[in-house]
Amino acid sequence: MNIGVVTFPGSNCDADARHASALTGNTVHSLWHKDTALPSGLDVIILPGGFSYGDYLRTGAIARFSPIMTEVVRFANAGGLVFGICNGFQILCEAGLLPGALIRNQHLSFVCKDVFLRVENTDTPFTNICSPGQVLRVPVAHGEGRYTASADVIKGLEDSAQVLYRYVTPDGQVTDEANPNGSLNNIAGVTNAARNVMGLMPHPERACELLLGSDDGLTVFLSLARHCNVSVA
Amino acid sequence: MKTFTANITVTLRRAILDVQGKAVENALHSLHMPGFSDVRIGKHIELSIQATDAEAASAQLREACDKLLTNPVMEDYHFTLNETAAVEAA
Repeated sequence: MNIGVVTFPGSNCDADARHASALTGNTVHSLWHKDTALPSGLDVIILPGGFSYGDYLRTGAIARFSPIMTEVVRFANAGGLVFGICNGFQILCEAGLLPGALIRNQHLSFVCKDVFLRVENTDTPFTNICSPGQVLRVPVAHGEGRYTASADVIKGLEDSAQVLYRYVTPDGQVTDEANPNGSLNNIAGVTNAARNVMGLMPHPERACELLLGSDDGLTVFLSLARHCNVSVA
Repeated sequence: MKTFTANITVTLRRAILDVQGKAVENALHSLHMPGFSDVRIGKHIELSIQATDAEAASAQLREACDKLLTNPVMEDYHFTLNETAAVEAA
């Protein structure tokens, strides 16, 4: 696959995203926030984690108006696969490519630790190699990750299986204790109605090698490869 | 053209738990000031606008608030607008 990773001023997980993309055999393209065109033949665009524009005003609020975002929105609207991780998720919400918003953690603290995620829908480009209900171990690192949306939007997401990952206990139970930030319904990751855009607060790109404690994050990259009919050694 | 100054107040929507406000409220209570409740923390933005009149300035400001300064998914805002006295007229 051809994966483009966008770097905004203040991105700090772009190198990790490129590394994880390369680990799974992909051709990686570094994209700059000022770019006004995308390389031809891109399969996936990743908006990485970090603190784009210093999180000034709101997380993702200024990055969404970066020149490259016009192209990212066009790419997504044409069916291209877009994956926002952490700050990338916040940017996708600000850009209106995903519903809802991410606000200050309920306990007001930055949270940096491994969490457990339950895969809620395996019929998407991002989760197709997972088994239903599979529990993944992946780290979070954020201060503003509490997913919120109006009751109507949350109901719509639940009814149409757009919640892809939920924070759970190691044995897959949805509890308040397993929720690191107070997200509604323990939501960690969602997709859009067309299922080609995903936002995820935890960092699968930091969990792609057993040396780092878990390689469960590979599931996202391997699912994307399967979706694109690419075999990965 | 006239110059206006705007004071914009941005707060989380009522339906969203304001955890900062709650923490500050608890701190007030722990300082033996039990009379305070419904504490809400928001943002204050000041800016100047050039416009032909107050109505045009308000329209520009609403567009800025809806597009960039606030996120309607999670925030409400209100603003006050005052014409800046021209220096020449003083």
